[in-house]
This record gives sequence, C-alpha cells and structure tokens, in this order.
Amino acid sequence: MLEGKRTWTFESNPVIIGTGVIGGPFEKKGELVNHFDAFYDDLMCGENSFEQAQKVLLEDACKEAIKKANVTKEDIQFMFAGDLLNQITSTSFASRSLAIPFFGLFGACATSMEALALSAFIINAKGADYILAASSSHNAAVEKTFRYPTEYGAQKPPTSQWTATAAGAGVVCSSGVGPIITSATIGHVVDEGLKDPFNMGGAMAPAAVDTIKAHLEDLKLEPDYYDLILTGDLGKIGRAISLELFENENIAIKEELFQDAGLMLYKKEQPVQSGASGAGCSAAVTFGNIVNRINSGELNRVLVVATGALLSPITYQQHESIPCIAHAVSLEKQKGGN
Amino acid sequence: MEKSKKPTPSQKAYQKIASKHEIKRPVGINCLKAFIIGGLVCTLGQLISNGYIYFFDFTDKTAGDPTVATLIFLACLFTGLGIYDKFGQFAGAGTAVPVTGFANAMASAAIEHRTEGFVLGVAANMFKLAGSVIVFGVFSAFIIAIIKTLLF
Repeated sequence: MLEGKRTWTFESNPVIIGTGVIGGPFEKKGELVNHFDAFYDDLMCGENSFEQAQKVLLEDACKEAIKKANVTKEDIQFMFAGDLLNQITSTSFASRSLAIPFFGLFGACATSMEALALSAFIINAKGADYILAASSSHNAAVEKTFRYPTEYGAQKPPTSQWTATAAGAGVVCSSGVGPIITSATIGHVVDEGLKDPFNMGGAMAPAAVDTIKAHLEDLKLEPDYYDLILTGDLGKIGRAISLELFENENIAIKEELFQDAGLMLYKKEQPVQSGASGAGCSAAVTFGNIVNRINSGELNRVLVVATGALLSPITYQQHESIPCIAHAVSLEKQKGGN
Repeated sequence: MEKSKKPTPSQKAYQKIASKHEIKRPVGINCLKAFIIGGLVCTLGQLISNGYIYFFDFTDKTAGDPTVATLIFLACLFTGLGIYDKFGQFAGAGTAVPVTGFANAMASAAIEHRTEGFVLGVAANMFKLAGSVIVFGVFSAFIIAIIKTLLF
C-alpha cells in the first residue's frame, strides 16, 4: 500500500526465509567472517575471468539462499537481481543457470534494496509465493570496468572506496521464519554536482539523506523508531557528511545508530581507504550480518538504505556529474518471536 | 566542447559541506615519497647501467638500451606477480613516472584483457593507458623538431 509520496507498506509481512552470502579472499580476512556462508580463496573463483567469477559468486549465494529457505529453485517464481558490470551480464548468466524467471536490475550499489523492495511488493500483492532478491560485485571486474587494470600501479586517494568481492541473496516468502519486510521507500535521483569518481561517498550522501527523510515523513516516524539505520555504502566521508546534513535538517539521528555497511565489512587495518562499496557489499552485510542479528534478537527494527552512484566510465570522462540514488527497506523482527 | 554547467545554489551549499568532510590527498607526503622512490628507481637504473659497463662490453652511450630493457623486464615481472600495484599505491608518481610506470601500464592492461583473446584483448588494449603517452610524446617531439629546424 502506498503511504505518503513514495513509501510502500507491506501489511501481509513478507518474510526473508533464507539468505546466502558468499565472499572472496579479501573478505575472508575481513570483520564479518562469521556472517558469510562461504568464501573463495581465489579471486577468480576457479573460473577463467573476473566476470565469470562474479557470476559464480551470485549463483552460489542464490543456491545457498534457496537451500536455507528449504525450497527448490523450481519453487521460486521470480528473481530480481543485478550487478555493476555493463549490461549486468554476470547476473544474466547466473540467472541462465538458475533458470528462474528473471528481472534484471541496475541501481549500482543500491540494487540490493531495489531488488528486495520489489520482491516484497510482489509477495505482498500475492503475485508470487517465493521471490529471490540478489546482487553481487567483484573487485577486479568492477575495477576493470570503471577504473584501471587490476595490476596497474595507480595511487588511490583517501576518498576512494574498495569494491567488495561478494554476493548476497535472500528468498522472500509470504510466511515463515525470519525478519519481516515492513516497508520500502523508493529514492529519486539526487545529483549535487560532484564529479570525482574517487569520492562516491561524498556524491551519494545527499541521496541517502533524501530517502531517509522521505521514509520518516511518509510513515510519520522518528529516527529512534529504528535500532539501526544502515546505509550501504557511504564510507567514512559519506557517513560524516550525512550526519551533518541530518543535523542541518533537524533530524535527530544518533551517531551510533547510524552505521554504514561499507565501514563494517573490513577490518580497520585493511587498506580500503574510505571503506567498502559495491552492489555485493550492502547485499552481503544485509543478508548476512543484519538478518542474523535480527534473527538472534539483537536488533528489532532496521532500516537498510542502499545507495548507488549511477555513473558510467563514459559519463565521467565526459565531465558529467554523478547521479545518485538510495532505496530504503525496513526489516523487523517478527512479533511473537521466532 | 564542455558546457559550463553552473552549480545551483543548493548544489553549491552541499559541495561546501562535502568538501569539509573530504579527506584531502596528502600531497606533501606523496611528493616526498615519489621523490625518494623515484630517485631510488633511477639509482637502481644507474647501478644496472654501471654493471653493464663494468661487467660487459658496453659504453656510456650503449648501456642505456639494456638498462631500460632490464627495468622494463623487472616492472613487468612485478606487475605479473601482483606486487607492482601495491608498491604503486605507496610510491605514487615515484613508480609511475620512470620507465617502470610505462611498462606497468602496458603489462597490466595486457594481463587484464587476456580473457578477450590475443588480438582484440591483449593487443588492442595494451596501449589503453600507455597509448596516450606515445601520442603526446611523438606529437611533442614533432613540435620541438619544427621549432629546432626553424630557429637554429
């Protein structure tokens, strides 16, 4: 049901009944190791190219989610998924082998929540019994597409972020055990004219703030309704800017309850500059860490705000600014306990 | 070509906030590191050059070519071993400016596009980064040659 300007509420409480989270070798050394289902020790994931490796990450995450949901892939009616590469081919190839009716999405790093919001909406409207929502990213494949060759010795500035090699998937169903999806707010494109592709956090922060503000206004909520507002992935700089923007807008968000997936994934000593990024980062942190913490009772209500920078290597070379988007999905613990 | 798109007042206000939180590049330290590492690379080159003169039958004038070839070989080797990019993050221009940076640009692009085949992948993309250096190098040489011919 539409609430306010751009928020859906899901009165039938769609549930995330199974999740799958797969990471690469660098993520295996990270902070959230316990929240991954499996890792690849090899950046190629046993394949012949980085693009194929990304496909395998997504496939594995989807299979793991289906397995944990205790269903078969034939039970899943639709799949919403995407990645960061041109024409989202890794996702298309993964969906070829999964053979599930497929909607390909591109929302850059916001794809994870775009997929989850659409899945919840369709489940809520009884358009399907089971839907798979997933997204993935691969560090080397993304570097190759957007920046320099992987082995090129360019110096990255401290504002840059490290694209995660990870995939996250979740199976959404109308009933079952797991966190329920209560609402979703769809973002519009916000562009404050920033042009530096090595400062995505700075470009994306206003989109995150805009969507969070719209969410709170549409549902007439105070920020402290949530135990945690998780953005993904603003990094150090984007998070600091967002906090200042909230202050300017008189939105009272407590600093410790406003976290960023890009700052959770890796250990402090890992050389990731301003934090992690990538469509796989917010997906892996949400479907891993956040879902687990809701299931264990540590968190009751979480608003996940995935942010995406919708640039391409060509628009950047043509001196265009970076259009950004953020989609928010609220996850809550089921009442009456699991 | 580029239309000057003036930022709106709200964009300006935001950019002011954003630049306040932006972690600036440590330019001073980067320059110092580039100076020292770049100098060390050149010192290594000089050592190799002296070695060729001392141990082999090379002169001051002819030792240049094998020295450059050796440095290029080492840069390509370290690129292939996955070490050069980590070194580059630390050294910045120190490893980018000497001939090793050029070798790294070509080798890394060649490795990166190996999956697309030898012709359309490796060969076509090898000069993706290094190509502009050659274009501007040849063009500058052309201009300088004209100036020299006309004036001297």
